[in-house]
Amino acid sequence: MSSTYSTSPFIGKTYGVTIRHLTKNFGPVTVLQDISLEVRPGEIFVIMGPSGSGKSVLLKHIAGLETATRGEVRIGEFDAADPSTRDQVHLALVFQAGALFSSLSVYDNLALYPREHRLADEAGIRQRVMRTLQILSLEKAFNKFPSELSGGMRKRVAIARALVMEPQLLLYDEPTSELDPVMSATISEIIATLRQQTAVTSIVVTHDRDLALSIADRIAIIMDGRIRAVGQPNDFRQPADPVIANFLNPVIDFKNPRFKQLENNHE
Amino acid sequence: MKQLTAVIDHIGSAVLLLVRSLKFVPTLPRQFPRFIEQCYLIGYTTLPIVTILSFFIGSVLALQSGYSMENFGAKQFIGTLVGLSMTRELGPVMVAILLAGRVGSAITAELASMKVYQEIDALVTMNIPPERMLVLPRLAAVLVMMPVLAIIANLCGWYGGALVCQYTHFISVDSESYFAALKRYMGWKDITDGLYKAEFFGFVIVLVCCHIGLSTRGGPREIGAAVTRAVVTSLILILVLDYFVTKALI
Ligand SMILES: Nc1ncnc2c1ncn2[C@@H]1O[C@H](COP(=O)(O)OP(=O)(O)OP(=O)(O)O)[C@@H](O)[C@H]1O
Ligand SMILES: [Mg+2]
Repeated sequence: MSSTYSTSPFIGKTYGVTIRHLTKNFGPVTVLQDISLEVRPGEIFVIMGPSGSGKSVLLKHIAGLETATRGEVRIGEFDAADPSTRDQVHLALVFQAGALFSSLSVYDNLALYPREHRLADEAGIRQRVMRTLQILSLEKAFNKFPSELSGGMRKRVAIARALVMEPQLLLYDEPTSELDPVMSATISEIIATLRQQTAVTSIVVTHDRDLALSIADRIAIIMDGRIRAVGQPNDFRQPADPVIANFLNPVIDFKNPRFKQLENNHE
Repeated sequence: MKQLTAVIDHIGSAVLLLVRSLKFVPTLPRQFPRFIEQCYLIGYTTLPIVTILSFFIGSVLALQSGYSMENFGAKQFIGTLVGLSMTRELGPVMVAILLAGRVGSAITAELASMKVYQEIDALVTMNIPPERMLVLPRLAAVLVMMPVLAIIANLCGWYGGALVCQYTHFISVDSESYFAALKRYMGWKDITDGLYKAEFFGFVIVLVCCHIGLSTRGGPREIGAAVTRAVVTSLILILVLDYFVTKALI
């Protein structure tokens, strides 16, 4: 019986991601413009940038959910836009909004992937799922449905669902955006530990500056659909570029002229 | 012109969806629980309304024909008329219309909301083809359940007619002669033709509703629009295809 199950055939191989001159238009709007990036195998690559700058769209291109208007995305030697790539490379995407299966319980959300790909028998899947839920302190919620979870719990289930897949390429879209500081720290630890234990390449989109500076091997800043800077975390502690400095260390200014109008409206 | 190309486009992508789903037929045995769940949703939940409606359609057919045939003394053929029209035409078409309204709309709503809330995208990144997990079990289930529903509709329609014939004072044809007339002019071909029609309609409805659901784009409002589109398209297809299928079968 056990011969019908395949234990992860992917372990050991790692893939980098190469993005060459990627441009994406939605109708007349250009969302990504001539993006070129090289993510090395086994690296933790963090992408930061203002809201609406095109980070999620970029991740969707890597996951093969969007097709480029111009340019290309390659995972290892495979074309990311080609559906058959997913038979070769094992990738997981933590969606910004979670994208949990609303008709399945938390447990079944996690178990779906190993079941469909017959990675273990039911007992093995149970062990694997419960272990992952424990890591994210979700073991009590295993039989709840997504609609019964808080925003942060949903995010953690989404992360757990990606971890259970034991992928070679892990894409996180704002994994800590809805989490408390302790949980955020746990997520940072998970991302860093995974890289040590398995040969996974991680691409993390985040607004969390501390997370970025603590776990990243390299950081890219994307603004208005273009790459503004790529470098080591140290390069971004005291950035020379004033635009980036202001993005990473915004000054809270109650005298900002933008608020004048708000005050006037009150009178 | 633009509309015509849009229609052809839709037909093309529905056929593509079918081809992609059929590729996964070998996975059906291990999707057995999903198949059973869909059989339950398609068959069992539609059953009560099919029974009630076909009973009343049979009854009203008997009533109308009893009323008009009395004038030229053809009452003994009421059984034939009710039997043949139920079996060849009204049974399959009525079951198909109920399927479109009850099951088709639900399929489109479910798949469209999965699409809008990125659940389909999640399946794609997990390398679980939506055609395999979502479309194929539904297509298989409708193929199994449609003939069952159509046979039940026929039986209920026939008995509805029989009851009306027996207990309406100006008709008063007893059920024995009603069923004798029904049997005399009905062949196996009439029954199988009706079942073929039901099968064909059911398959087309489920395919079209899956296709419309999966090709939904945008936000929650689009889900409602998709459901409306799916039901209207199904109804049009049922009535238009009915003519051509009937012609082909005759
Ligand atoms: N399907 C789509 N159709 C049209 N425009 C889109 C689509 N998806 C994204 N956009 C546009 O692309 C731009 C970038 O969106 P994206 O979601 O990548 O932003 P983001 O950098 O992830 O922002 P945030 O940090 O708020 O998540 C936005 O202006 C958005 O309006
Ligand atoms: Mg985003």
